[in-house]
Amino acid sequence: MMKLVKTIKEAVALCGIKDGMTVSFHHHLRNGDFVLNMVMEELAAAGLRDLTVNASSLFDAHAPLLEHIEKGVVTGLSADYIAAGVGRAISQGIMEKPVQFRTHGGRPNDIRLGRTPIDVAFIAAPTADPMGNCSGKYGKSACGSLGYAFADAMFAKKVVVITDNLVPYPLADFSISENFVDYVVAVDAIGDPKGIVSGTTRITRDPVGLVMASHAARVIEASGLLKDGFSFQTGAGGASLAAAKFLKEIMLKKNIKGSFGLGGITAYMVDMLNAGCFETLMDVQCFDLDAVRSLRDNPRHREISALQYAAPTGRSAVVDSLDVVILGATQIDTDFNVNVHTDSNGYIMGGSGGHSDTAAGAKLSMIIAPMFRARLPIVTDKVTCISTPGKDIDVLVTQGGIAVNPRRQDLQEKLRAAGLPLVEIGELKEKTERITGTPAPCTKGDRVVAEVIGRNGDLQDVIYNVKE
Amino acid sequence: MKIVKVASAGTLESSDAFVEVAPAGEGVSLEIDSVVYAQFGEAIRQTVLDVLKDCGVEAACVRVADRGALECVLRARVETAVLRGKGEE
Repeated sequence: MMKLVKTIKEAVALCGIKDGMTVSFHHHLRNGDFVLNMVMEELAAAGLRDLTVNASSLFDAHAPLLEHIEKGVVTGLSADYIAAGVGRAISQGIMEKPVQFRTHGGRPNDIRLGRTPIDVAFIAAPTADPMGNCSGKYGKSACGSLGYAFADAMFAKKVVVITDNLVPYPLADFSISENFVDYVVAVDAIGDPKGIVSGTTRITRDPVGLVMASHAARVIEASGLLKDGFSFQTGAGGASLAAAKFLKEIMLKKNIKGSFGLGGITAYMVDMLNAGCFETLMDVQCFDLDAVRSLRDNPRHREISALQYAAPTGRSAVVDSLDVVILGATQIDTDFNVNVHTDSNGYIMGGSGGHSDTAAGAKLSMIIAPMFRARLPIVTDKVTCISTPGKDIDVLVTQGGIAVNPRRQDLQEKLRAAGLPLVEIGELKEKTERITGTPAPCTKGDRVVAEVIGRNGDLQDVIYNVKE
Repeated sequence: MKIVKVASAGTLESSDAFVEVAPAGEGVSLEIDSVVYAQFGEAIRQTVLDVLKDCGVEAACVRVADRGALECVLRARVETAVLRGKGEE
């Protein structure tokens, strides 16, 4: 059996891709990814039309996709996150059919359940052997975990592995195994290493960020969850990382041995693992080279699939065992609904990723955000888009006070007893608007450009076009 | 107060505003570019006109490039630009 083919063009032909089919991609190479563009160029050159692209995320590097949309090669789009460059064009109404947003858990779940069948999955593999065993841990384009690609590999009708580091059979330390793979293509480069892993994000030095981070760590301490066996996920933003640093200091001082750190993994989480704060890291995506190295070299740092990370109808997912998650927000409303999909003018510039999944699973889901950014208050009467429903958010931490979801009276009591500065969320909104002024409401368009599908597969909200 | 020369204050950093004033024959002409125009465009216009009035400026070309400055910041930038552009009296 010969799986190795010479070109992407040949693989595309062998897969028998036809008009109207769905192709899928994963985003571990992030803004350095070449694979989506290379494949889409071949599909366009083959004269195919009316394709649906199901990508775990889209970055600005994928802007050439817009041309394929304009020409009718691509007419359907599904992603968990769409960065501002591509998002803006979506918001301007470039597509007739609304984009479907899912979560990092909802996407593989819907693939597994056959709600979003994939005809051909393309796996960008930093290392692979000629039969398709592949890994993200090795090679010049190493990206670490291949977590989001597992469901695609397991359930697509055809699977093509594209690599720039072909090694002799068998690749012993594989992530995705050969029994899922139909074809293997070797190319010169699957990505630009500079865009694959960002430089390590620095801990914020902004005094406002440090106040928020310190509050965040104290909320976790006061919640009662910070004890042996503690589990934790945090984002890669400056304030979230600072919160992790404060948390680490508390854990070391009190000699608390956590069980696991989860998520997109950064150097700071690796540092906490090595310092003894956690027994294990569960890693669906590496954000920097320290995380890649750790995943490769430390057996306590585990790669997990997105299904295991967060799928809502599997037998269990790691998020179900999560104690605390720290998340961001572009807006949060007085019912604690959070928007991470659109900016203040209504343009798409993000997506849930694992936001809704971890918020739903964690015992304490915390939003950390400044009271306002560039004069725009974080708290509004109603978010432009519900990315994560307020029922799953427990507490908002700002520099102007900590607002607890009224649903969590127990938490409110604990934080009050710890002497933390509590504020009612409506009061926080008023306090902020006394500084910024009250923003005029944005006028949205009249056409739906995106559907936000909740992690269980239900339509949760829609995003309208922006009138310019 | 009379604006006799082109002068500016502020920066294009986030949460700041860059304000430039220039001499004009009569009346105030005001050009606003703002990242929060949809939410605060009218408020920005009113703030700038208020400061000009308080400073006694009756004629000027004013250009504001706003990056989400709070009102107090915007006031300070306009006032400083005016003071830098006024004639010796």
